[in-house]
Amino acid sequence: MIFVTVGAQMPFDRLVLTVDEWARARGRSDVFAQIGLDGRPPRNIEYTRFLEAAEFKRRIREARVVVAHAGMGTILSALEAGRPILVMPRVGARRETRNDHQLATAQRLRELGRISTAMDEAELVERLDQLDRIAAPDAISPHASGELIGALRDFIRAR
Amino acid sequence: MPDREPVRRAPRVLAVASGGGHWVQLLRLRPAFEDCEVTYVTVSAAYRTDIPGESLIVVNDATRWQRFQMGVLALRMLWILVRIRPQLVITTGAAPGYLAVRLGRLFGARCVWIDSIANVEEVSMSGRLAARHAQLFLTQWPQLAREEGPEYRGSVL
Repeated sequence: MIFVTVGAQMPFDRLVLTVDEWARARGRSDVFAQIGLDGRPPRNIEYTRFLEAAEFKRRIREARVVVAHAGMGTILSALEAGRPILVMPRVGARRETRNDHQLATAQRLRELGRISTAMDEAELVERLDQLDRIAAPDAISPHASGELIGALRDFIRAR
Repeated sequence: MPDREPVRRAPRVLAVASGGGHWVQLLRLRPAFEDCEVTYVTVSAAYRTDIPGESLIVVNDATRWQRFQMGVLALRMLWILVRIRPQLVITTGAAPGYLAVRLGRLFGARCVWIDSIANVEEVSMSGRLAARHAQLFLTQWPQLAREEGPEYRGSVL
């Protein structure tokens, strides 16, 4: 399955409806979307508005590819599960979030080779067409870098 | 009488995060808490499944524009601090973390703010506000480190 998710906080219709239209045009029936409480319902793909934490994790684990906004909860969950993730950032000017921080987050993480990105709907469709060629990455460690864990341990011990 | 080693009890840590990415990032720090008595504070009871058998307290979330919710959250955090008396407060943000640092200081806790890895271009507003009250103020991006803080000491990735 392709698992589309926009997080629990607000809808992201531009993402969901672009994937919806792509699925119709390509005749794909293997797409499931979590669209948010106020999201506009798609017409061609299965969807739910909200997923509990455990169900969300199961959907990630079982996905072949995750398509999402640039939320760190989703990105880290996908990386921990070793699932490839394609991210389209929310844009502040379109009121999809409060500011443009997702643009920068997505760009940086792509530069680090952690995620694929699509900066707009046209690029999203292009990337969706290439999805089946994306290989699953190795799952990342469930823990932060040794440097950060060490810094915190030192701080905790320095009483 | 021979000198005895003073008995060192496990430090009490209050580990605080709001939902989504803040919570996932906090979970990735858990090896740092191995020798500690940890109480987690977050905004959803559904996260219990992430830390089976560990102590978790659920509070409400708030944004800086929700003054009533922020007031309720502050009172709840105060009550948690009175009960737990943590020696350390460690948080990845946002509002509950800010209040835990701010109020934790009144109880003498040493506080750590780890700004979210989502903040690539500038440190979060809540991070900047918490910085004055935190003894350790960290960014997860080297380019955001400054002489006067925040420091870069690695990331959750």
